[in-house]
Amino acid sequence: MAEPILQLKDVCLSFRGIVALNALSFEVARGEICALIGPNGAGKSSLLNVINGVYRANSGDVIFNNQHFARIRPAHAAGLGIGRTFQHNALFRRLSVLDNVLAGLIRCSRTSLFEHAFGIGRDRRETREFRRRAEDVIAFLDLERHRESTVATLPYGVQKRVDLARALVGQPTLLLLDEPMAGMNQDEKHEMSRFIRETNRSFGATIVLIEHDMSVVMGLSHHVVVLDYGRKVGDGTPEEVRNNPDVITAYLGTVH
Amino acid sequence: MSFFVETLVGGLLAGVMYSLVAIGFVLVFKASGVFNFAQGSMVLCAALTFVTLRDKNIDFWLAALMTLAIMVALAIAVERVVLRPLVNQPQITLFMATLGLSFVIEGISQLVMGASVHELDLGIVDTPITLGDVQVSQFDLVAAGTAGALVVALSIFFNWTRVGIALRAIADDPQAALSIGIRLQRLWQIVWGVAGFVSLVAGLLWGSRQGVQFALTLVVLKSLPVLIIGGFTSITGAIVGGLIVGAGDSLAEIYLGNLLGGSVSTWFAYALAVIFLLIRPAGLFGETPVERI
Repeated sequence: MAEPILQLKDVCLSFRGIVALNALSFEVARGEICALIGPNGAGKSSLLNVINGVYRANSGDVIFNNQHFARIRPAHAAGLGIGRTFQHNALFRRLSVLDNVLAGLIRCSRTSLFEHAFGIGRDRRETREFRRRAEDVIAFLDLERHRESTVATLPYGVQKRVDLARALVGQPTLLLLDEPMAGMNQDEKHEMSRFIRETNRSFGATIVLIEHDMSVVMGLSHHVVVLDYGRKVGDGTPEEVRNNPDVITAYLGTVH
Repeated sequence: MSFFVETLVGGLLAGVMYSLVAIGFVLVFKASGVFNFAQGSMVLCAALTFVTLRDKNIDFWLAALMTLAIMVALAIAVERVVLRPLVNQPQITLFMATLGLSFVIEGISQLVMGASVHELDLGIVDTPITLGDVQVSQFDLVAAGTAGALVVALSIFFNWTRVGIALRAIADDPQAALSIGIRLQRLWQIVWGVAGFVSLVAGLLWGSRQGVQFALTLVVLKSLPVLIIGGFTSITGAIVGGLIVGAGDSLAEIYLGNLLGGSVSTWFAYALAVIFLLIRPAGLFGETPVERI
């Protein structure tokens, strides 16, 4: 296994006695696509929230790029290179697609407020540079037609792509995707899978994603982790997980 | 007819001055969802500081610059001491904090600089000038011009820059804004700093008209109906609301004053605001919150 970019060790999380994550440990290798699967309420989203600091684990260790963090804030996590998208699109609905993508670059800004306010010094070059990066990502995700549209007016599938674009433009080393294909039809899912694979290949981003559609998960990911009631019940390649009897009882069994 | 136009123009120009105070509210409200009760105290603080510096024979522009520096320092201090510890608290808590803040700012300003009424001369000649057959106050024109320029500058700043995108992003979805690395604290400092700058301009214009005194804080009360009419979240709304209140006030005073026994302008704006609350609670340009359920 390649060097891990993300390690979780005995992570526990509970909300007033309800256990969301129970002594969870696994590793994500650099450059892989790792899928988290499990029934509703298994703790998948909670896990992503722990990784990028929305929640704080009650105990356990999260190690990203060999750095431990006991406590991290979402803005800090973003600064370290952890990008994410959300299950229910948390886009800026009243902003245009371009502005949403540009917002993803704000943390990368190195100019002072003074330079920025008057458009002097480093600001011009940086503004051009940001604009170019945003346009690149927009082109990459095939969003050119919608560049100036207000996000709230776009179809759901397109919004999901905007969410990915906003996370991607900051060039994250680790990308957390919370149900990137929820509510999509088969064609849209295929398209999205292609984009995720492309992202992984050409941007070199490690991807951790949550997905329910088994055919998508099996085709897309290198590594699958199965959760049930906050515990890990399976961990391995798609092949191994598919043949794991615990997983079949916990999850796959209920599907067939 | 020319009398009607004169009243209308006078009202509109006065209205711009209300807009100026209202814009300070809108900025802070957009960035933190809080009605900043201390806005009026900031206007007083800025005006008082400026007058005190001028009384020490400091050059006009230097005094303005020093006052601006003090307002920015105040903004940073407010973010550090008041807002940061209250992140994620209910809005009413933050509102109460700004209420307390207003007393602190008023108290310290008057403790340091005295409570007596100061005169403030901006060197604008206040003789009416005649345009066609309409007479317009020169001071009002200058004030409206200044306010207008400020509004344009702020609109450009908040619509076309990354700070503007960050501000709109925070207003739209704070949680998502944080997770893509937008620094809420820095944005608050910027917004409060700009609100301090707007307070300075408002303080100078209002102060030179009314004298710099405690009553300046009451300007806030007049900008409340402006906000309700225009909407709490829109700079455009603050301008249009100010114009409506200004024009409505002076027209009502002239044309309803006789029927209702005078001093209509003291309550007219509030009555208008109540009507707006009944018909269009979000204001003309405010955003009606829509939740998908």
